[in-house]
Amino acid sequence: MELRSKIPSGPIESLWEKHRFDMKLVNPANKRKYTIIVVGTGLAGGAAAATLGELGYNVLCFTYHDSARRAHSIAAQGGINAAKNYQGDGDSVYRLFYDTVKGGDFRSREANVYRLAEISVEIIDQCVAQGVPFAREYGGLLDNRSFGGAQVSRTFYARGQTGQQLLLGAYQALMRQVQAGSVKLFTEHEMLDVILVEGVAKGIVTRNLRTGKIESWTGDAVALGTGGYSNVFYLSTNAMKCNATAIWRAYKRGAGFANPCFTQIHPTCIPVAGDYQSKLTLMSESLRNDGRIWVPKDPGETRPPNQIPEEDRDYYLERMYPAFGNLVPRDLASRRAKDMCDQGKGVGETKRGVFLDFRDAIQRLGRETIEERYGNLFEMYERITGENPYEVPMRIYPAPHYTMGGLWVDYHLMTTIPGLYAIGEANFSDHGANRLGASALMQGLADGYFIFPYTLGDYIGTERPTPVDPEHPDIRRTVEEVEARIARLVALDGKRTVDDFHRELGRIVWEECGMSRDAEGLKKAIERIPELREEFWENAAVVGSGDTLNQVLERAGRVADFLELGELMCRDALAREESAGGHFREEHQTPEGEAKRDDENFQHVTVWEHAGENAAPVEHREPLEFAYVPPTQRSYK
Amino acid sequence: MATTTMKLKLHVWRQPSPGAKGRFVTYDADANEHMSFLEMLDVLNERLESSGEEPIVFDHDCREGICGTCGMVINGRPHGPWERTTVCQLHMREYADGDEIWVEPWRAKAFPVVKDLFVDRSSFDRILQAGGYISVNSGAAPDANAILVKKEAAESAMDAAACIGCGACVAACPNASAMLFTGAKIAHLNRLPQGQPERYRRALDMVLQMEAENFGSCTNHGACELACPKAISIDVIALLNRDYLSGTRKRKAG
Repeated sequence: MELRSKIPSGPIESLWEKHRFDMKLVNPANKRKYTIIVVGTGLAGGAAAATLGELGYNVLCFTYHDSARRAHSIAAQGGINAAKNYQGDGDSVYRLFYDTVKGGDFRSREANVYRLAEISVEIIDQCVAQGVPFAREYGGLLDNRSFGGAQVSRTFYARGQTGQQLLLGAYQALMRQVQAGSVKLFTEHEMLDVILVEGVAKGIVTRNLRTGKIESWTGDAVALGTGGYSNVFYLSTNAMKCNATAIWRAYKRGAGFANPCFTQIHPTCIPVAGDYQSKLTLMSESLRNDGRIWVPKDPGETRPPNQIPEEDRDYYLERMYPAFGNLVPRDLASRRAKDMCDQGKGVGETKRGVFLDFRDAIQRLGRETIEERYGNLFEMYERITGENPYEVPMRIYPAPHYTMGGLWVDYHLMTTIPGLYAIGEANFSDHGANRLGASALMQGLADGYFIFPYTLGDYIGTERPTPVDPEHPDIRRTVEEVEARIARLVALDGKRTVDDFHRELGRIVWEECGMSRDAEGLKKAIERIPELREEFWENAAVVGSGDTLNQVLERAGRVADFLELGELMCRDALAREESAGGHFREEHQTPEGEAKRDDENFQHVTVWEHAGENAAPVEHREPLEFAYVPPTQRSYK
Repeated sequence: MATTTMKLKLHVWRQPSPGAKGRFVTYDADANEHMSFLEMLDVLNERLESSGEEPIVFDHDCREGICGTCGMVINGRPHGPWERTTVCQLHMREYADGDEIWVEPWRAKAFPVVKDLFVDRSSFDRILQAGGYISVNSGAAPDANAILVKKEAAESAMDAAACIGCGACVAACPNASAMLFTGAKIAHLNRLPQGQPERYRRALDMVLQMEAENFGSCTNHGACELACPKAISIDVIALLNRDYLSGTRKRKAG
């Protein structure tokens, strides 16, 4: 596997602009002769499909949802960053670039991050023109807030529903192209494989979720905007259907998988309440602006929280990080919460939780102000837990939330398979080892509206792909392989439910490859996961048939893939003998218990190549260079 | 603090395929107060799966009340008894041991049942395709602050834009009308300066599509507003009617 990142040379400030000029264009009259397949209708996929339709390409767009408006981008609460400097507080493209490289703990590509910061400005223009109702000031200008500990106010937001509004913007643009006939949208179609013809991506195989029909679709390029893989943990803040099947199938056809162990555990989620729990709910990070995080000093504490006096409380983040306090980055906040619970100081019935307390903020600012700022979040918390956070402190605990790892892509967002692109959370490129708040929406839309539509033109203009014969044996073979796999799943007539396998996998990956990892645990997981996988293929209970709407079968296919991906995550975490961002290895920490990077040996992207069923994958490395932001130890003391 | 457990009797609509005849099937279900309604169904489904029975099909995804995928009628109320709450956020502490619960799909001609509680809402997408957007291509936008939007306009547009497209409004309406859904998108866009150039055309085209999809007419019951998990006000229907009327006149005048 050859990793050519295709980063153009020159000063970083003009790299993208110059490169846009250097790339080939496709004559407007010729675009309609090319068919582009886009999988996924979230921020990245929806934006890409709409934009390609506007440009005149013939687009086939697929989603497993019943509507393109349901993708999980819709659940993002907080906001979207952009280097507009509308507040005049010293923000700039360069500062957003700098913050993102540092926040990612120096494990991302500088050129990609700079481009992202540059494009952030255009995204806001585009979304406002589409009618996204961002928050406004009385003068009619856009409002901003500071988010996730950033020292400038660069976050644009639409109440606590920014992801929803941005996604609806992309969805509406997509609907306009569907009406215009340039995009053909296939809902309730799940991609189950990518078709390679002589080593080049030429199409996909889908299953119609309503009828079970397996079909092949061919085109001149394929883009996967299929999101991240947090659901490998079973419990995460992702939606129930989020899965890794599309990117995993691409990996198994030869696309490199980059940094699978870089996952983000979000510190402010509602704790697990019981075994039946199906998912975890995120409470916006903005709560940490006013809430104070604490645990009782005494592990044997039995008094209700409001009766625990000040001197018996440990505001551990304020104590350990006086400069940033409760606003330390996500990875630190999460890890410290775990430490407290490991020491037995956790709260709630399960003792896996810490308090997020608004008592002082309510005293200082009044209940009304707190209600104005967080009313909808408090209401959501009460609906789920039955407790009133105005009166008793919230209980929170970290939960898997986002995956920085994903398919390896070059500067053009193309994977190691020619003609196959990965956009949005599905790729690995911009967030390094840790993503900053309000950056995911930015990246999804940058890829979809402003990067992929240009770089695709270069591929089409250079390669001039010709239509593939629909009877080509490579296509038939791929379809047959998908059909055989479905048949094997349907035939599973065991005793144990698919969800139960998923739960056990989640427990293993969470314990051994979650907030903190060590060699011993990872090795254990690498042994245990293949055993579980074997048991799955013998003893899973898949009821119903393959030729109808069958949600058990859908889940079974996704869990089967998670059972493979989980192992790769552990292998990657074991190979990375350092701590960086969300990847914390017990063996590699400073005396104060902070992540200790090893720039000498691990300043690279780890890219895994599939080497056959049950064979160890092959490790490749893309070295990273930092010419603009010199690597330093992150300090939030 | 002990957890309260309960035994429930569920009557669930089972229908194998779109044309087939459906019926209520009765199940015993176990739950505790911390579970969500859908988690209670998950537990029941896992029990059915382990005994080789086909589980109850219902659609759902984010389970935090924003994607709009889930929806079922519980004891006659779309999304169940809690106001401003999708069924995924309804929790079992609402119920007591021994309760009997009737669970049905959305019922509307424009939302045919696909299987059990899963209905086809693609008619909503087609209404949006008819005009629920602002025609602007990627890369063609002026600077974001070049368009001034009154705070009040942005807020009232956002009130309408909060619609999650779940279809509870249609399920609640005795006429199965989609006026709240359609009105919400029209109000979102028509209340903003960016939406003005296509204002009347949008209202006209979306309403025509709504009618073509076999939704009923609005007779001002207001049940939609009550059932709406995002509390979208029926004011949006008034705006729809006004802009539709103006649109008709303008189209006639050519």
